[in-house]
Amino acid sequence: MSAPSTASAPQAKLNPNGAGAAAVLAAGIGSFLVAAFAILADKAPSIKSLMNFYKPTGPLSGVTTCAIVVWLAVWALLHWRWSSRNVEIGRVTAAAFILLFLGLLLTFPPIADLL
Amino acid sequence: MEITVRGLWTMIHGIGFGALYLMACSGALVEFYRRYRSPLGPEIEVEDERFLRIYLAAMAVLAWLTVLTGAYIIYPWYRAVPPPGTASLAAFPQRLLMSNPSTAAWHSIGMEWKEHIAWLVPISITMAAVVFSQYRRSLRIHPELRAAVLGFVWASLFAAGIAGFFGAMLNKNAPVAGGPTIHIVPEEQK
Repeated sequence: MSAPSTASAPQAKLNPNGAGAAAVLAAGIGSFLVAAFAILADKAPSIKSLMNFYKPTGPLSGVTTCAIVVWLAVWALLHWRWSSRNVEIGRVTAAAFILLFLGLLLTFPPIADLL
Repeated sequence: MEITVRGLWTMIHGIGFGALYLMACSGALVEFYRRYRSPLGPEIEVEDERFLRIYLAAMAVLAWLTVLTGAYIIYPWYRAVPPPGTASLAAFPQRLLMSNPSTAAWHSIGMEWKEHIAWLVPISITMAAVVFSQYRRSLRIHPELRAAVLGFVWASLFAAGIAGFFGAMLNKNAPVAGGPTIHIVPEEQK
């Protein structure tokens, strides 16, 4: 998928990349937040009890609900700001991939336990 | 031939939703490569694009069903605490795994990783489905966006693979079972 860009300026103006960029960056943030909230709940007993939204599921219910709610809120906000314009997509996708990578890495318990 | 209610839900979660997602994910990746391998390739037909749009939306539904049934139906059975004096831990999979040093890591690494990494799947594939739905055939003129969508679909395959692998291994070492029994085929007369 490393094909050279075929987007011409008029085409890109008619179909800006902002909405897509907002979705991609928000997904990166959401992925990172799942790991971040899980680590916070694991390290701080007060946060752990706060995250206990549904007792049978335990803190996992709060960790994932918070991550999903923030992900959707960030997505809505970025969409509102970017949907009608072109953004620097290279930097946005780089940031999204870094966040996604951190999310994947930090969900791995032996790595999360090092923090 | 019979199955317990908990066993049936575990099967629906793991095979009905999870394994189907894994298979669908491979299909989606093939479709992406087939359609966009060359920027100079033939124009994608409307029907073809509609198919992939519905396919990705169905994958997103599958991914959400997998994590929601996992977290809110099966996980409570998995992590249930046995009452004091319980002799057999067979109905308490987490405690059963942790009671033996040779199986404890299936919980402390396997389940701990699975229960969190699995949530990256619906996030990634929902994004992919929405972006594809928004841009449709014009995704061809946005190679960076296309690459980002593809990257997240790959990540979702990886995360679903991890969750699926540990799900299968956990269920092998300490199955989530119990509850009422469903008789699929009546007992055979000897």
